[in-house]
This record gives sequence, structure tokens and C-alpha cells, in this order.
Amino acid sequence: MASNESDLILEMKNIDMFFPGVKALKDVTFNLKKGEIHSLMGENGAGKSTLVKVLTGVYQKTNGSIRFDGEIIEPKSPKESQEMGISTVYQEVNLCSNLTVAENIFIGREPRGKFNQIDWQTMNKNAKQLLHDELGIDIDVTKVLDFYPVAMQQMIAIARAIDTKCKILILDEPTSSLSDRETERLFQIMRNLKNMGISIIFISHFLEQIYTICDRVTILRDGTYVGAYDLKELPRIQLISKMMGKEIKEDEIEAVVDKSVPEKENFIETDNVTVPGKVKDLTMNIKKGEVVGFGGLLGSGRTEIAEMLFGITEKTQGTIKVDGVEVSVKSPMDQMKNRLAFCPEDRKLAGIIGDLSVRENIILAMQAKDGMFKHMPRHKQNELADYYIDLLRIKVSDREQLIKNLSGGNQQKVIIARWLATEPNLLILDEPTRGIDVGTKTEIEGLAVRLAKEKRMSVVFISGEMGEMVRTCSRILIIRDHEKITELNGDEISTAHIMQAIAGDYHGQA
Amino acid sequence: MDKLKQFTQSSLMLPLCALAVLLLFNAIFVDDFFTISMMENGNLYGRPIDILYRASSLIILALGMTFVIATGGIDISVGAVVAISAATCCLMLGGDISGVPEHPFIVAIIAALCAGIISGIWNGTLVAKFKIQAMVATLILMTSGRGIAQLLTDGQIITVYYTPFSYIGGNIPGVMVPTAMIIAFLMVCLVVFLDRKTSLGLMIQSVGINPTASRYAGVKVTAVLFAVYIFSGFCAGTAGLIEGSLIRAADANNAGLNMEMDAILAVTLGGTLMVGGRYYIGGTIIGAITIQTLTTTMYAVGVSSDRLPAIKAIVILLIITIQSERFKELYRNWRLKKSKEAANA
Ligand SMILES: Nc1ncnc2c1ncn2[C@@H]1O[C@H](COP(=O)(O)OP(=O)(O)OP(=O)(O)O)[C@@H](O)[C@H]1O
Ligand SMILES: [Mg+2]
Repeated sequence: MASNESDLILEMKNIDMFFPGVKALKDVTFNLKKGEIHSLMGENGAGKSTLVKVLTGVYQKTNGSIRFDGEIIEPKSPKESQEMGISTVYQEVNLCSNLTVAENIFIGREPRGKFNQIDWQTMNKNAKQLLHDELGIDIDVTKVLDFYPVAMQQMIAIARAIDTKCKILILDEPTSSLSDRETERLFQIMRNLKNMGISIIFISHFLEQIYTICDRVTILRDGTYVGAYDLKELPRIQLISKMMGKEIKEDEIEAVVDKSVPEKENFIETDNVTVPGKVKDLTMNIKKGEVVGFGGLLGSGRTEIAEMLFGITEKTQGTIKVDGVEVSVKSPMDQMKNRLAFCPEDRKLAGIIGDLSVRENIILAMQAKDGMFKHMPRHKQNELADYYIDLLRIKVSDREQLIKNLSGGNQQKVIIARWLATEPNLLILDEPTRGIDVGTKTEIEGLAVRLAKEKRMSVVFISGEMGEMVRTCSRILIIRDHEKITELNGDEISTAHIMQAIAGDYHGQA
Repeated sequence: MDKLKQFTQSSLMLPLCALAVLLLFNAIFVDDFFTISMMENGNLYGRPIDILYRASSLIILALGMTFVIATGGIDISVGAVVAISAATCCLMLGGDISGVPEHPFIVAIIAALCAGIISGIWNGTLVAKFKIQAMVATLILMTSGRGIAQLLTDGQIITVYYTPFSYIGGNIPGVMVPTAMIIAFLMVCLVVFLDRKTSLGLMIQSVGINPTASRYAGVKVTAVLFAVYIFSGFCAGTAGLIEGSLIRAADANNAGLNMEMDAILAVTLGGTLMVGGRYYIGGTIIGAITIQTLTTTMYAVGVSSDRLPAIKAIVILLIITIQSERFKELYRNWRLKKSKEAANA
């Protein structure tokens, strides 16, 4: 694998990077060949995003050198690296939520008219064209970005990145909230770009995707360089071992968790519940100690059902019963009192309170539930925070670290901790393993099943990844166009059945 | 050493330094600045006491303002609410020359505080319920507040001859410390209690940083917003009592004039950012005292009152610049460069 000097478009050598009190990168090497798709892998907090940000000038390295296209560079800002030909989709979508889709795509390079005024018409037309041609999505580009769900925002960010001329395209977990169809579309684009000689850095926690699309992988562990490998010569299990830094066996990762036997008692029931434009005439129940999945395509209304259950949106029709008693649901607090918990999908917007510490983020929901005057003493707060940091193996420098300074996956874990701390009877997890590394993912799946079994907690598991739902759920509701179309039970749950059911070709045994 | 480092990086560092510089200036250029003596009637007297005494209303207003700003809002109506509160109190007591109050004193006090709270409810409704931007929402009361105070007093300046009324702005007979200082102290205690012993602080900061996520976490965002504006109104009501008592009259046009600006300044000097989020009670208090010290110093060195605002503006500009992120960054870079040069040499 002797790499010729001129093969390399990018050479990062001996990179060190400090944050106050944290050494995020230690002596990291990263080489990228022309026209290859190269993956960066490592556990949550290993330093993948940091390495990318050092390259694009978001952060300044403390030490080391970067050679790009034959020249030593010292990128000082994302704008600078963009101009040099490094196009990036960051992990946390960094678009402007109050601008329109078209504005977001063309910001900084708007098409101009005769008098140098912005040519809105052309801009909107081009944006629509771009999204349609490249990604096969047809949306109203004059709506503000906020209007669309995270997955769509991610697609828009991708569209923006690939539309600018570049030599290196960096994608930091672009597929974390995409469905299979969109992911496939993205891969097609990536292959085209590769054929054009563009190099791509692709970060993802999905092994499947890595092996499908990437040529090589560089592995990081705890901010240090483990090695670069040809994926053809590296079996999955070894890749995971290298990431985790210990030998592991196949069955530890792919183990199908033992499914709990659902009890007869309902915890929550809905009867013909409707939320205009979001939930259509939903009748369903969730039993105590059961893990229920919501299966469906992107935008099918899975999240909307969860939001209705938790009182984020108000129903206009139908009834909701908790423990057999009809309840009025006007706000999240109503449902928190009924011991529901909801871990939302959009981490940045609806999950983290960025400038608060990990401790404060963990106790927030519990404290809100207890009310203002039942203030938890500080030592209790510390105990609780430490307990969950330990339980979920959250990588923090200490519990007072601001949550915005954690890696994406670790932020996600803090939000899960926040809700576990309220000791709910029903825990709704909307894409809980998004951006979470392989090892921890198995742990979270296991945790969901264990909570159901041992504590008789009901769990709603929403995931775009079918395999994950197959592993955890004992029942799956199939959602399409904001409507429940069928249910799958016990043994009939399989990836194939879920997909058929979504397509309307399979209607379940019941 | 670590302690020292911690301190130099803490948010209190700047306002404290600013205050220290001012005090140093006074120690050098103003005679007997730090002398505190006792007057014949047993009251304490001296410049430091004078500063704290005059800063009292400002501290009270700034405390309420701290919470409001921490939620990402602002309350520019507090100056006008001071006038309303003062007018209400004077109206209730009446301007009888014989000094007999129309209503019992306690009723007048409660009425004045209620006037503040009602103002707060009005602001809270606009901001929390109708989601009007805080600046615009409170602007309404800011401009109409003095009119309301005029209406209350029928356009006249009611002068109150009831002696106990003057105790609020002065001293209660037999007590050495000015009453305003005691009230300010009690308000500080209340706020520290709310901050430390309840989870209000957590909720306020959480709402200020990310209201959507707060709602998802079960925080009653509307209620929190309501609460901070009501509390700010209550603070303004309290300050109104002091301001009214100082001149023993309801002066709708001048009571609390421009105090909202000083309150906002005190909060920002104290390190709380206008975008909301983390707040610093200690910083706010020191900020308020700093502003008052500045004013007193200027008078002490004989700056005429019409030039005062200009000089105040310059000093404040200085402090705010030093505090800004950009400046800190420049300073850091400069330090880094220095240490690099040192390492190379
Ligand atoms: N702004 C910051 N301040 C302090 N520490 C930070 C900051 N950003 C990241 N870190 C720390 O640096 C380490 C690496 O974070 P990074 O985001 O690069 O991880 P990652 O490999 O991308 O993880 P993930 O898979 O969860 O996205 C983490 O331990 C994180 O806590
Ligand atoms: Mg990352």
C-alpha cells in the first residue's frame, strides 16, 4: 500500500489540538488520496469531528502540519477552507433556520441580476432544480428551513455542499437521520463525485454504510491515531475491536436481545385521536413492559405521533387514556405527571440546553417535574449526574462541562439520561441511537429491553434503522401518511416484513 | 495559586476591578472619601454610606432586570413603573397638610407594590402570552406609564406631609442604617434565596438559552416568563416607594427617570449577557454600586451635572469594551504570541 506522494490530495501530520482542559487530538495522522472515499471511525468523543474542524479552520491546531494539494495550509476560518476547495457538511447542521431553503443553499453566492440585485426567481428555480436533480426531492424552496424536519435539513445541507466546486467533500454523519432511500441516493452522488476525481471524507457509525461506500478507513481512539486500513482487508469485527481498543466477539455486537413478553395490561391507549395535518385517526395501545416500534418512512408521521402522545401538540379529536383513565393532555408537563418521557429526535433544537452543564441538563426534566420549590440539593444533583454519566458511559471531562462542548453522540446520551432520571413508566425514544457508536448503540438497545423487562417500563422505539427495531421491539406499528396501517407482532417482525408492510404489500397475521 | 487563577477568570473579576479603580481614584483625589462618621441623631454618615444608600433603588431594579435579561428579554418600563408606584403610594396617603394619612400607611405600601405587580402582569402577558418582543412590549408601558402616573395624581404633584412616609427614603428613628439600604439588602436576600434554594434559576437560564428544548423538557416556559416580568414589576414597585419617599412627593415626570437604562447597564456590567442564559447576581449588585460610585465621584470632583452623562458614557464604553469577547480574544492572541516569542528566544 505504498502511497505515492502525488497520490495524496491531503496530508495531515502530527496533529495536536487542545480545548481548555481537554486534549482532543494527540499526534494524529490522516492521509487522503485523490478520488477515494475515506472513512473516519471511532467511538463517540474519539475526535472525528474535531479533526474535520481543524482541517476546515473552525478550530486551530496546536501542533502539526496540513498539506493540501501540494501546499502547506493554515486554514483560519471555514470560509477560507471553503474557498480553497474543501466543502463541508458539519455534524450539527449549520444552516440558518429562519432563512428559506433557497437562501440557505445559495447564501454567499446568490445569482445576481442586471443591477447586481439578487435574482430571487433564478435562485428559487435553481434551488428547486438542484434538489430535484441531485437528491430527487421536491419541496417548496421558498419556505423557511425551520418548516422541515431534521432529515430534510440534512439533505439541504448536502445539496449546498455538493453544489459548490470542491476538491475535498467532507460529510460528518450526513446519514444519521436519513432513510435507506435517501442514503442510497447520496451514495450514488458520492460515487459520481469520486469518478470525477473528488476525494470524500465520510463519517458514520453505520458499519453497513462504511463497507458499502468507502475504500479506506482511518481509526481514532481517545484522540489518538490507531491506523489507516484498506476496508477490503479489514473484517468488521476487527474494525470494532480497533475502535474500542479491546478484543470482542461477533455475538456481543449483533446479539438479538431477548424480547420481553408483553403483559395484558395497557399503559396508554388512544382512541381515534386526530391532530390536524399530523396524526390521522389513531387508535392504538401500548402495554406495560412492552417495547413498541413505530416503523415508517421519513415524514410518515412517526415523530408526530410521539409528540402527540407527549403533549407537544394538542389533539382535536379522540381520547387518550393512561392506566385506563382518560386524561387531558395540554402540555408536556401533563404527560410527565402521568410518567411519560420523550427523548426528541432533533437534538440541537429540542434536546440540549447548550450553555448549561451536563449536570444541569440531566436534572432539568426531573426538576421541572418536581416544581420550583422542591429544589434538589447540590450533592444529590452531583450523585445523580455521576450515576448516569457512569451508566451510559458519557465521555465528559467533568460533570460541569457545558453540554455544547460534548461530542454529538455524548450529547445524545445526556438527553437519554435526562429522561431516565425521571423514572418514567413510558419512555418514548425518537431515534435514540442517532450518531451513537456501535458499542454504545448495542448498550442502549439492550437498556431499552432491560428496562421493559425488569422495571415493567413501556418503551416506544422509533428508528429509521429497521435492524435496530427488529432487535428490540416485540411489536411494531407501521405508519404511513400519518396513519397507522398495520401492526406486526412477535415472530413476524423482520426487516423484510417491515419494508413490505410499509409498501402496503404485507398486512400482518392478525 | 489555583484559587487566584480561578478568581481572575471568574465573571466577577471585571466589575470588581472597575469598582476598585474608581475607589482608588477616590482615595487619591477626594479627601476623606472613606470616612464614616455618626451624626448627632445616631445615623451613619459618609461617602461610602451615601453611595450604597443612593444605589439602593438601582440595585433593586437591577435584580429584577437580571432575571428578565437572563430569559433573553428586557424590561424598559421599570423607570415608568417607579413613577406609577410612587404616585399610587402618595395618592393613598393624600396630601393633607396636617400629616394625617387618608389610608393607613401599610395599605398605601401594599397598593404601591400591587401597582408594580400589575404592571409586571401587563408586561408578562404581552411577552409570554402574546409573544410580543420584549423590547416592544415593555416600550408600551414605558411611554404610557408616566401618563398613567399623571392620571393617578390628577396631573398634580402630591406632597405628602405624613412623617413616617419619609422613613422609607431616610432613616427609621433609632436605626443607624438608611432604610433603603435595609430594603435593598432584604431584596438581595430574597433573590439569593430564589437562586440557591429553588430551581427558578435553572428554569430561567434554560428558557433563556433554548426555549424550545426547555419546553420539551417540561419547563413551563410561559410561566417562567410571566414570573420574571412580575418580579421585575415588583422590584420597580419597591424602588418606587423609596424614590417617592425621598422627595416625599409623587412627581410623575421625574420619578425613576432613566433608571431603566442604569438598571440594564448594571446587569451587563455584572457580566450577564443580553442574549440571555447565565446570570450573575453578585455581578449585578457590584455593577449597580459601580454606576452609583461613578456618579458620586463625578460630583465629588466637581463635574457639573450636565456633563455627567457624557463622562459616564465614556467610562461605561471602556468597561464594556474590555468585557467584550472580541477584546478577550485579541488579548488571548496577544498573550499567545508573547509566550511563543518567549519560547523561541
Ligand atoms: N468546544 C469544545 N470544548 C471542549 N471540549 C470539546 C469541544 N468540542 C469537543 N470537545 C471534546 O473533544 C472530544 C472529541 O470530540 P469530537 O466532537 O471530535 O468527537 P467525535 O469523534 O466527533 O464524536 P461523535 O461520534 O460523538 O460525533 C470530546 O471528548 C469532546 O468532549
Ligand atoms: Mg462528531
